[in-house]
Formats: sequence, structure tokens, C-alpha cells
Amino acid sequence: MTPLTGYLLVAALLFAIGLAGALTRRNAILVLIGIELMLNAANLNFIAFWRYGPHPEALTGMMFAIFSIAVAAAEAAVGLGLVIAIHRHTHTTDLDQINRMKG
Amino acid sequence: MSFAFYLIAALTVAGALAAVLLKNTVHCALALTVAFAGLAFLFLQLDAQFVGFAQILVYIGAVAILVVFAILLTRGSETPKDGGIFSRTWLVGLAVAAAVFAMLGWAVLQSVAGLPRATPEPTVTVGDIGVALMGRYVLPLEIVALLLTAALIGAVIVAMHEKEGSK
Repeated sequence: MTPLTGYLLVAALLFAIGLAGALTRRNAILVLIGIELMLNAANLNFIAFWRYGPHPEALTGMMFAIFSIAVAAAEAAVGLGLVIAIHRHTHTTDLDQINRMKG
Repeated sequence: MSFAFYLIAALTVAGALAAVLLKNTVHCALALTVAFAGLAFLFLQLDAQFVGFAQILVYIGAVAILVVFAILLTRGSETPKDGGIFSRTWLVGLAVAAAVFAMLGWAVLQSVAGLPRATPEPTVTVGDIGVALMGRYVLPLEIVALLLTAALIGAVIVAMHEKEGSK
């Protein structure tokens, strides 16, 4: 197994774990945790391909990962703010009970 | 493949599994921190020092704390009385995730022949990253700055208390 294969398999496993968490958990915050795990798995792919790709000095994968981290931080802030707003409105973060968009 | 890689990969995957499987949401957030730390170590193993330390600063320093704050503000650590911690359609979600992992794993293992083996360690310093950010990637950098400002203001407005009678 080449090193790149190992990193790609770890990233695929992390992505699947994050997806399973986002699709199966009832708590909205845990769904956001799953999404964060998926974004991190994608970052790991970018960095692994940057490291083992033909032109690491071009920094393409590295830059993509840096911008992805920044966008993920913005996403986490807005997502958790939304969860807090929904909790204030409906007094629950259980996604099985939050089933309408009208307040 | 070094022993350190297997150790860190096992730590990361264990942290991620605990983050989606544990019952208490605060424990989930702490397990998520372990997974983030493992990912930062993986980045360091890949000679991406800047991204590794940015991962520690942004994810362990900010996102994990934000998640803990959100859990405490919503009293989310209370486990629901009815049912369990998993949604009614958990079987479908698990099947979709397993199918995605099978697909990704198959694609990675099939393409082994075309992947490069060992390449020399890239000599990229933080200075090079700074020069690239200020040169070729200056426009995306500005857009990210705008996005972060908008997200900051948006998060505050969304989470701000509603005024009485504004519904």
C-alpha cells in the first residue's frame, strides 16, 4: 500500500463516519459535528494529494485546504447560531420534532 | 507506511466514531476534539506544517469550543427520553454512508496503479505560503475575509434575542 492510498482510505472512512453521523443523529448539533468531520476528510484528501502530487511547489492543494478551513469555520459559526435560534423558538434541538419551517 | 501513521489514523478514526456514537453530547464534542487533533497530526505527517497548526488553532481552538457553547446553551446534553439518540430513519442513513464508503474505498484501491509512490519531501516554507496568499491567491483571500465578516455578523444576528412582539 502506498502512503497516498493509506491517507485516502483514512479520509474516505472519516467522510463515511461523518456522513453516517449527519444522517442518523437526532440532535442538530451532532449533525453539524458530522458535517465538520466530512469537511475535514476532504481537507485531508487535498493535503495528501498536494504532498504526493507532481507539483507540490505550486501549493494548489494546500491553498484549497486553507480556504476550506476558513469557510468551514464560517459555516460552523452560522450553523450553531441557527441551532441556538431554533432552540429558542421551539425549545428543542431534536430533528425528529423540528419538521416545519414556519415558526 | 510508518507505525506513526497507523497510530494517528487509528486515533483519528476512533475519535470520529466516538463523536458520532456517544450518548452524551458533551462527550461527543470532546471526542470530536480528539479527531481534530488526530487530523492535525496527519497534516504534520504530510509535511503541511502551516495547515496542521491552522487546524489546531481553528478547529480545536475555535470550532470545538463553539460546539461546546452551543451544546451548553441548548441543554443538548440531556438525552431524549423517547427513542434513542438516533433518528427514526437511521438504517437508511447508515446504508447510504456504508455505500459511500464502499464506493470511495473501491475507487481508491482500484486506482493504486496510477498513484505515485514515494516522492521527495516538498520544501515549502510558511514564507512561500504567505507570498502565494499575497500574490496569486490575493483575490480569494479578500473574498474569504468578506465571507468571514458576513458570517460573523450573520451568526450574531441569527442568534440574537428576538424582540418581544416581533413575531
